Amino acid sequence: MTAQRTIRVALAALTGAALLVTAGCGSSGGGPGASGSAESTESSSPASGGQTSTPQTPASGASSPMESPSGTASGSAGASQSAPDSGSAGSSWTVPANMPRANLTILFGSSGDAETKALKAATADWAKQTGSTVTVTPASQMDQQLAQGFSSNTPPDLFYLDPGKLGTYAKAGNLWSYGDQLPNKSDFYPALVQTFTYDGKLVCAPKDQSTLALWINTEDWSKAGLTDADIPTSWDQLESVAKKLTADGRVGLSMSPGRDRVDAFLVQNGGYLVNDDGTKATANSEQNVQALTYVQKLMTDGSMKWSSDLGTGWGGEAFGKNKAAMTIEGPWMYGALSSDFPNIKYKIVPLPAGPTGTQGTLVFTNCWGIAAASKNHDQALNLVEYLTQPSVEMQFAKAFGVIPSVQSAQADYLKEFPNNKPFVDGIAYAKGVVTAAGVGEVLSDFDSQLATLATGDPKSILDSVQTNLQAALSGS
Amino acid sequence: MTTSPSTPGVSPAARRPVRHRGGIRGREGTAGWVFMTPVIVILGLFLLLPIIAAVWVSISDWSGHGSPLDAGFVGAENYQTLLAKPGLSQQNLATSLRNNFYYVILVVPIQTVLALFLASVLNGRRLKGKGFFRTAFYFPSVTSTIAIMTVFLFLFTTTGVVNQMLSWLGLHGPNWFQDPRGVLRLILSGLHLVDTSNPPGWLVNNHFLGMSWYDWLAGPSVAMCALIVLAVWTTGGTFMLMFLAALQDIPDEVVEAARVDGATRWQSFRSVTLPALRPTLFLVVTLGLIGTWQIFDQIYILGGGNPAKTTLTPAYLSYQASFGDGKWGQGAAISFILFAIIIVMTIIQRLVMRERKHLPRRRRFRPAPPIARAEQGATAPAGGTR
Repeated sequence: MTAQRTIRVALAALTGAALLVTAGCGSSGGGPGASGSAESTESSSPASGGQTSTPQTPASGASSPMESPSGTASGSAGASQSAPDSGSAGSSWTVPANMPRANLTILFGSSGDAETKALKAATADWAKQTGSTVTVTPASQMDQQLAQGFSSNTPPDLFYLDPGKLGTYAKAGNLWSYGDQLPNKSDFYPALVQTFTYDGKLVCAPKDQSTLALWINTEDWSKAGLTDADIPTSWDQLESVAKKLTADGRVGLSMSPGRDRVDAFLVQNGGYLVNDDGTKATANSEQNVQALTYVQKLMTDGSMKWSSDLGTGWGGEAFGKNKAAMTIEGPWMYGALSSDFPNIKYKIVPLPAGPTGTQGTLVFTNCWGIAAASKNHDQALNLVEYLTQPSVEMQFAKAFGVIPSVQSAQADYLKEFPNNKPFVDGIAYAKGVVTAAGVGEVLSDFDSQLATLATGDPKSILDSVQTNLQAALSGS
Repeated sequence: MTTSPSTPGVSPAARRPVRHRGGIRGREGTAGWVFMTPVIVILGLFLLLPIIAAVWVSISDWSGHGSPLDAGFVGAENYQTLLAKPGLSQQNLATSLRNNFYYVILVVPIQTVLALFLASVLNGRRLKGKGFFRTAFYFPSVTSTIAIMTVFLFLFTTTGVVNQMLSWLGLHGPNWFQDPRGVLRLILSGLHLVDTSNPPGWLVNNHFLGMSWYDWLAGPSVAMCALIVLAVWTTGGTFMLMFLAALQDIPDEVVEAARVDGATRWQSFRSVTLPALRPTLFLVVTLGLIGTWQIFDQIYILGGGNPAKTTLTPAYLSYQASFGDGKWGQGAAISFILFAIIIVMTIIQRLVMRERKHLPRRRRFRPAPPIARAEQGATAPAGGTR
């Protein structure tokens, strides 16, 4: 008995799946809203729950592919724009004449039924035109399922790849680096291309993107006697409106604790954790210390609190429950607000600029990873080309609220969703997450130190991050 | 081994032909092995091979790509990174060991005592509604940890039930699961023994496993304390059932005899019941030790060590290093370090709790006093009760 139980833990690393999979817990690492892209942020477990939901071949798919765009569009008026007009500007997808048929598998972390349905419809459309089949499987535990696939040499052909895992997987040789073969490579936003570049090569095609902006509760705003002229564009203004909004048991500003929000302030002050090509740690630079000290000051003033200190799971919940008048979140918050807090009135504005006038935000994204061990590289690449066409990305945008990763879809997108201009504008000055191999534990250590920022010392926090980050970057 | 009759031996060879060829039990050895084969194969495949594979992974540089057998051998490097090399890996391991250590030394005694107490109460003859209480106490043990943890998350929020009840008493409860402050440190600073803003130098400057003594002595965080309450509450029922079974095995006559001999309720519990429970006590403490060192589910739900890594445990760290950071070798090494800790703790506990066959000289005459006491008691109080 003793031996058996002990061995179980000893083997957690190897045979983890069966023991460790805890049904119905979608979020991996960090609290909800703490990390990841639009999709993974609020990942509720798919209704099917199971690890391998019933594979659905496109032929038997419920909705015919051509109906799907209008069918899944969330009642938006601009349906005319959503006509599947493949062949419009920026679209370069064609079916090679001699491409053999294949059975592709896709593993993805779904944000919910809308995303699953949209992806199934889009892949079914591709399958119909190429004669291949696509099996779409929503993951319940992405990391674990990918790890099993990689170690047994039977990975899914195509999968959502979290940039935080890019370095680790690429270093291990799990990824097929196909980015340079993409005909529409130049169409992706530069910040996204940089995020998914490893060893000087674009590894995979960015799927979509979301950036951070400032969400303001307009009722609290006018109650505090503030007008549109007071919308903060600098740190000083942010500080003063946060102070004014701190009243009636709510704080002016709240955000999810951790680097995924705080790093935006580093960028606004002209700093970041790493240098531009991600080869050197610059965590304890003067700008970063200054930025972190500013965030700390907001906290010691009492005008800002972590969402966790307000007893909420993430910034959106603190905002929705009106425990905070402002928060810093991305477009994924629409869904939460409309379903859980429909009475909140809000306005979205760009994040304020730092003391030198530098604008800064963070961009979160996933890419279409293709496994090195996949036997269907050509077909998978062709499917990625299909899925990253402006028209298809627009279908996804309408279905589950992501922002297209290609610049040629920007005009259409803004026409459809004019309120999202702050998010789209942000991509121009946004930084992506640090992707080098082995930085995961460094960044989560940074997160845990940020949790106690109010009583901590910004300089020594950043010093320790610098030491650990440099060690990870130099591959020790 | 015994199936090869042709082996020329010295004395066994002489007996073998008799055993094998003749007699009704001739093929017993072969048959035994044949019948055992399925179990051996299954155990070997699902127990022994994975262990060997895990040992191999812990001394290799496997990155999760392809079969671990193709990975390179790196010797003790993974263990060295964790135990000897200053850096984040060592720091994480030290933090997780500290957290889990406080968890173990609080949960195991508390849950054992609580289980024993509940079992004694339920074993009482006068208690009405025994079945109800037994079910009620056991109920948390059969409920999924995940479900219980989720409920606890709600109970222990800033405005949760626990804090509301505390507020009736005029207390202001902490934000339980988000509070990383060490309880031991809070107590010490509350008693003005340690100044948290300016801790004593000898505590800060001495390090063990890359973590300062001051951090080692922080105690369990407030969040961890909530987990401790949860663990005691959920597992108390299981162990209560074990104690209850053992208590019911103790013949009533023995306890009655002690009472007749004039032992008080406490004396009969201490000198009669408790010694009789020794095997069960051993079992409960052993299971408690192993179970508490392996805590994983609750940590997973809580977000992997939040707040500020004060609930990080080795079992979770192993998972995180492997699946999260792709450091499979380190992950496996952590689990073997955990394995070693559990083995050592169990051995120590065996030594402490072993039954002494030879009483120490000092206590050799101990069996006598009860008789003397009984003689005394027989004259005065016993007569009185009759």
